[in-house]
Amino acid sequence: MADVKKIATRESYGNALKELAEEFPDLVVLDADLAAATKTGIFKKAYPDRHIDCGIAESNMMGVAAGLSLTGKIPFVSSFAMFAAGRAFEQVRNSIGYPHLNVKIGATHAGISVGEDGASHQCNEDIALMRTIPGMVVMCPSDDVEAKAAVRAALEYQGPVYIRFGRAACTVINDRPDYKFEIGKGTVVREGKDVTIVATGIGVDAALGAAEMLKADGVDAEVINICTIKPLDEDLIVASAKKTGKVVTVEEHSVIGGLGSAVCDCLCAKQPTPVKKLGMQDVFGESGSAAALIHKYGLDAEGVYNSVKEFLA
Amino acid sequence: MDNLELKKQANNVRKGIVTSTHAAKAGHPGGSLSAADVFTFLYFEEMNIDPKNPEKEDRDRFVLSKGHTAPGLYAALAYRGFFPVEDLTTLRKLGSYLQGHPNMHIPGVDMASGSLGQGISAAAGMALGGKLGKEKFRVYTLLGDGELEEGQVWEAAMFAGFRKLDNLCVIVDNNGLQIDGPIDEVCSPYPIDKKFEAFNFHVINVDAHDFDALRSAFREARETKGMPTCIVMHSLKGKGVSFMEGSVDWHGKAPNDEEYAVAMADLAKIDEELEKEGR
Repeated sequence: MADVKKIATRESYGNALKELAEEFPDLVVLDADLAAATKTGIFKKAYPDRHIDCGIAESNMMGVAAGLSLTGKIPFVSSFAMFAAGRAFEQVRNSIGYPHLNVKIGATHAGISVGEDGASHQCNEDIALMRTIPGMVVMCPSDDVEAKAAVRAALEYQGPVYIRFGRAACTVINDRPDYKFEIGKGTVVREGKDVTIVATGIGVDAALGAAEMLKADGVDAEVINICTIKPLDEDLIVASAKKTGKVVTVEEHSVIGGLGSAVCDCLCAKQPTPVKKLGMQDVFGESGSAAALIHKYGLDAEGVYNSVKEFLA
Repeated sequence: MDNLELKKQANNVRKGIVTSTHAAKAGHPGGSLSAADVFTFLYFEEMNIDPKNPEKEDRDRFVLSKGHTAPGLYAALAYRGFFPVEDLTTLRKLGSYLQGHPNMHIPGVDMASGSLGQGISAAAGMALGGKLGKEKFRVYTLLGDGELEEGQVWEAAMFAGFRKLDNLCVIVDNNGLQIDGPIDEVCSPYPIDKKFEAFNFHVINVDAHDFDALRSAFREARETKGMPTCIVMHSLKGKGVSFMEGSVDWHGKAPNDEEYAVAMADLAKIDEELEKEGR
């Protein structure tokens, strides 16, 4: 492909909501004064009567979504990950998770690729928080194709779902005719035998880039795309770890409690394997462009390549 | 149902509260007793519900935002026929469906609750869902007065007022006491009525233990169009049990065997008086 297609997954999210509105007449969308940024504004423009702006009050919004779901609606609740998973954590836990309601949370602006807004708005903890809620499905799509598929899957699924979307445009990597999406299923996007790179979100593209660079060094890396962090595709990860004997995880999230931790939980129990976790190493982010931040924190192809080399040395 | 019959049922509900918290050796009798009359009125008179079909679609909904007063709700549900009265003594015990705070596995419970400030949001969401679906049901939610210190209550009130959710009725059990003492000494939410008015609610002040007053307040709420209603219910914490009345100590403590006997004797006396009233 000469032109690399790039689109932010938040944009995919807004588009998917609009595209699926007719098929899912019970779908309603809630936002907390961020419709322009979360891209639920795309849905709002087409279906103003089904878009409920709750104002800057995320805690109440989660409860309103809970109540709506109890009347048969399928609410997709949106805000930045910081506020959806962070500020409203307890509301999500007690008003959505505990009663196991059919509420979908579409959280955008996750991770450091938020960029210039800085650490206050860069949520590197949402996967960790949402994973701890019993019965919560947690997804982090890697591109436009997967983001749209995840939104559809969430609507078809009965129960609470958290989906993490990014602010920055990212490369479309799943645009192929045989692409299939299923909640709880990971994908081997590149086969290899020397090391397994398990990645989520924009980390998948970085892992693929790193794998190409490793190839030049004679290292054959397997790359696994994990969109559903919970429930985790443990069989896929165990099989790959058995084959390569070394695992690196990549996520735009804290290494505490996110994909890396989920992979370690799984491998510790089922296939003890050395694991190196790439992500935010127990630090806050900072202001800067998304690309500059991703580079600084070693989460671009070059950073992943360097870390894998170091790990294999 | 006439007032005498309501009073009798309310006294049953009170006995259920005392019996269940005594059996559990834990729970919150004070705020359950202050709301016993409104629980009774809602489930025996006001709400369109069917104990034989707890999930019927057009039912009115109730969310116990002050979820710790579950013993009061459970007793009302049991006496109304949603589940056996005998089960009340399993409250809070391992394996019982009668959890310490309401959850989704209890017949007649429309929403899990217990973390203060959250029930009113869910109730507002249900009311909005009813409006979007052009459904006729009404939504009731009961809040504690101490609960009003939670910021989420006011997020929800702003939302409900702005959205003109006239199918929503918020009830505040203003018994004046919270765990750490009188509400106006801890972090006063007063004036409660003026606050809800400012959030675009129709507000009615009412005596929580007067069924005529409750009857007319809920009628007025039903007839109020274009805005939600808030019924500020002036109540006595521990109402009906002599040593619990007006006492902050009985917020979250269960009666021991001796206290249980005194409490049940107090309620038996009320039964006798009601019998006389009926003759």
